[in-house]
Amino acid sequence: MALLELQGVSLAFGGLKVVHDLDLQVEEREIVSVIGPNGAGKTTLFNLITGIYRPQAGDIMLDGASIVGLEPHQISRRGISRTFQTLRLFLNMSVKENVMAAAYGHTRAGIFRSMLRTPGMRREEREIEALARERLAFFGERLMGYRWDQPAFSLSYANRRRLEIARATATNPRILLLDEPAAGMNPAETHEITELIAKLREDGGYTILVIEHDMHVVEGISDRVVALDHGIKIAEGSFESVATNEKVVEAYLGLKTTATK
Amino acid sequence: MTDSTPHSSSIPASGPAVGQDEWVARHAARRLMPVGPLRTVEERLRTVPWWAWLVLFIAAMSLLPVVESSGYVRRVGFDTVLYMLLALGLNVVVGWGGLLDLGYVAFYGVGAYAYALLDSDKFGVHLPTLVAVPLVVVIGAAVGFLLGLPSRRLTGDYLAIVTLFFLQLFQTVMTNGDSAFGHNLTGGPNGILRIDPLHLGGHDLTVQHKGVFAVSYFYVALGFFAVVFVALRFVNSSRTGRAWRSLREDPLAAEAMGMPVNWLKLMSFSFGAAVAALTGTLFAALNASVFPLTFYFVLLITVYTMVILGGSGSQPGVVAGALIISPLLEMLRDPGKSRVIFFAVLIGGVGLAARRSRTVGIAAAATIALGFAVHELARAIDASWVSGEKAGGFAGAVDHWVVHPAQLASWIPPVSYIGLIAATLLVSTLHGRLRLVALVPTLYLSAFVWENVMLAKPEPARYIVLGLILIALMILRPNGLLGERRVEIV
Amino acid sequence: MDQFTQLTVDALTLGSVYALIALGYTLIYGVLKLLNFAHGDVFMVGSFIGFGVLQLLGGTDNPVVPVWALLTIVTFAAMAGCAALGVAIERFAYRPLRDAPRIAPLISALGVSFFLANSMQLLFGADPRNYNTFDLSNGALYLRGIDLGNVRVPLLRIITIVAAFVLMVMLWFLVNRTRTGKAMRATSFDREAAAMMGIDIDRVIVFTFVLGSALAGAAGVLFAVRVPTTVSIGFVAGLKGFTAAVIGGIGSIPGAMAGGLILGFAESYTQGYVSTKWSDLVVFSILIAFMIFRPQGLLGRPDISKV
Repeated sequence: MALLELQGVSLAFGGLKVVHDLDLQVEEREIVSVIGPNGAGKTTLFNLITGIYRPQAGDIMLDGASIVGLEPHQISRRGISRTFQTLRLFLNMSVKENVMAAAYGHTRAGIFRSMLRTPGMRREEREIEALARERLAFFGERLMGYRWDQPAFSLSYANRRRLEIARATATNPRILLLDEPAAGMNPAETHEITELIAKLREDGGYTILVIEHDMHVVEGISDRVVALDHGIKIAEGSFESVATNEKVVEAYLGLKTTATK
Repeated sequence: MTDSTPHSSSIPASGPAVGQDEWVARHAARRLMPVGPLRTVEERLRTVPWWAWLVLFIAAMSLLPVVESSGYVRRVGFDTVLYMLLALGLNVVVGWGGLLDLGYVAFYGVGAYAYALLDSDKFGVHLPTLVAVPLVVVIGAAVGFLLGLPSRRLTGDYLAIVTLFFLQLFQTVMTNGDSAFGHNLTGGPNGILRIDPLHLGGHDLTVQHKGVFAVSYFYVALGFFAVVFVALRFVNSSRTGRAWRSLREDPLAAEAMGMPVNWLKLMSFSFGAAVAALTGTLFAALNASVFPLTFYFVLLITVYTMVILGGSGSQPGVVAGALIISPLLEMLRDPGKSRVIFFAVLIGGVGLAARRSRTVGIAAAATIALGFAVHELARAIDASWVSGEKAGGFAGAVDHWVVHPAQLASWIPPVSYIGLIAATLLVSTLHGRLRLVALVPTLYLSAFVWENVMLAKPEPARYIVLGLILIALMILRPNGLLGERRVEIV
Repeated sequence: MDQFTQLTVDALTLGSVYALIALGYTLIYGVLKLLNFAHGDVFMVGSFIGFGVLQLLGGTDNPVVPVWALLTIVTFAAMAGCAALGVAIERFAYRPLRDAPRIAPLISALGVSFFLANSMQLLFGADPRNYNTFDLSNGALYLRGIDLGNVRVPLLRIITIVAAFVLMVMLWFLVNRTRTGKAMRATSFDREAAAMMGIDIDRVIVFTFVLGSALAGAAGVLFAVRVPTTVSIGFVAGLKGFTAAVIGGIGSIPGAMAGGLILGFAESYTQGYVSTKWSDLVVFSILIAFMIFRPQGLLGRPDISKV
């Protein structure tokens, strides 16, 4: 049974079909890339999986159980976490706090225990802080040390992207949805991200769904590639097969007409 | 984040490397810090733990009844502590939850009335204090929760309307509750009287001792304040506080990271209501009576001004806001003190502006000169135009500068007031030298209006001051005194 | 049956005034996404300006112009005065906050409301001002009118309803059939895009405030010709206007008209058939019901935002 499964998922805004009759299966510990031209519905797909949008038809299942209609925070607690295409960090909070905040879903100290600072609550706080350190240490020294207490808005762009990934992992997810993790990065940083995604699967055991435009990254990480265009899946398979697929080429580059010779 | 102390710099032995070490990273922060002795002072102060400040503060406040035996001052002190509590509660809703709750003081009223109903001759119920007070807090939280429920999925605007209407509704229900289906439930406009005092440690807390406001209530209020301050602070530094901060930053991302945004907002709303209700019990027990009109729009704006002035989101900030506004409002009741305050603010404000810009200093001098000139001219035309106030002291001195007629024609107050508003608006539109030229008569006119129009009616005047403070705050410094300076990416 | 007719007439009169106030709110919310809390106090100032002008023209016992001219001049004066006030408020209390977080202009509006109400109290005192329209033409406005069954509808009420209706029609025309109106609607959809299309946003916003405040001023006069006015009516009037705008669908002009009428009917019938004291509770319940089941109001558009 696939870890994450979409069956016949459709969503339309008014008359515009953003995602149409989409089927998708993701097995545990797989890395699947989702590609397609802008407007193909990739981010919408992520929004559907994480509960920000509700599909008008079809079903989305995690471990065989439907998650359609759940609130986003409930879906997060079930084990699906994500990053955002446009970066949505908690800018005025420190690096450490950004990551610690994401631990909310699997921690329990309620308001009353917090007011009284029970030993249980204090212990949990220490655990959360340790968790945050561990997730940030994944990126080496970049987000550690003095950066620990710096506000997130003071980070460089690449570091912000890394922080967002670290934050996403702090919810202890089983599935990570990374929305254009390499966007805006230079070649060195892009290479690093590629290695990082592989490392996330190796060391973290995460199942990863990646939206990417950079084909080097897609080639480097994917077990499988899914291509979307105008909300429909137009190809699926290994990187080589999808990259050379006629429909995929047409979607990105357009049809070759007889006039252009 | 505010607890972090800067480490001593750790430049690697090979020398600073671009973009790679702490020294560079703290460059921007260093630029903002004040230099010299002020900086050492600030750094030393920052190492003092927050609870030490709290203890110091409580100790200082506790000295008030010792230093001042005047019942009036003690009473103002007590009211200020109540305001501090209210500000703490509103801070939870507005500052931490990010919700515009315009019905907040209705929860204050709910608490006061609930206590009144549970501890008075009204229905013959006299619950012991240790039962009544917690019960009222729970009631307040419950009412807050219920009101917050339908408002959950709404944007801040809609919540503002619903809560504002709740304020109005509370007023109507309490005022008309003296004939609800034939029963007198709330005492109507005459309120509820003969409410029991607080009963702690086997004693009824007395309000008056030999005709002077007794201190016991003051200390009880301070005690409540300390407990609430600490409890809320602990909540704010826990995972709930982190979640509140996250949802203020980006509610969508917070939700995606597992934080139940609507529930968290509801919690902040309910907690704020609970604090307000708690304060209500103190109020009702002390005054031994409650009336509907107390819990209405004027009080709402007052508490909001305190919170915004002090810095919404910061507990020390909102307390400071209450400490400033409450005595200020009280002092503005008295024309003598009002006058002093006005001129202090005027001179202080102009002085501060003059420090940065010499031309403002020239304008100030010109205003003073203009004043004397106009005064002499007015006296020359008609002596009764300047013979208004004969008192000595500060008032008398001022009267040599401001034109203070013995009789004020009825058209003068509206015309001069509206003229002042128009002049102020004009000054803010102009720039450069024209602005300074316009500033001179405007300043003088403001003194005239204050002296002749506003001192005559302290009640609306002090609220006008409040409204102006609020508007000015939002335009000039929305994060108030101690609120966080935020980076907003649109 | 007679009571029903009477109450319906009351509902229409009350509702028209609410509708005018609600229109001002909805217009301003449409272009600025701001709930102008000071709007109710502009309404109050309008009623006072009307009173002042009325006295200048000799008062109701000795007017220097015929009755119809008197009422028209008074109304226009209030509209003009309030328009000026609205422009000033926008320019100095809201414009500096146009790019600030949404809560900032809201709080500034609270401050303005407070400032206005207390300034009027400072200058004019808390006593009620009565237009004394009964004195006009020996009470003709009250004694003459149309008969619906056994109920006589006084001329004054008819004038109120008709005047409000005329103003609303004029507004509808302005918004839907003129270029400026189109610019207003564009701005309310997407301010940035409108700016990029060459629309002068500042002027559109000022124009909106002129319209909205003028309507509030007219409402002030239409209100005060029948009921004595005081400096403290602004708060409740504003609140009712809000509620009407929200029920009808904030941002929608026909919605504001509908909302105002609904509010008028709800209040009038509750006061007539149940009790005057609980009309607020009934209205509150209606508001909450809309908030829960249909937050976009009757005719409003639900908000869709792109993530």
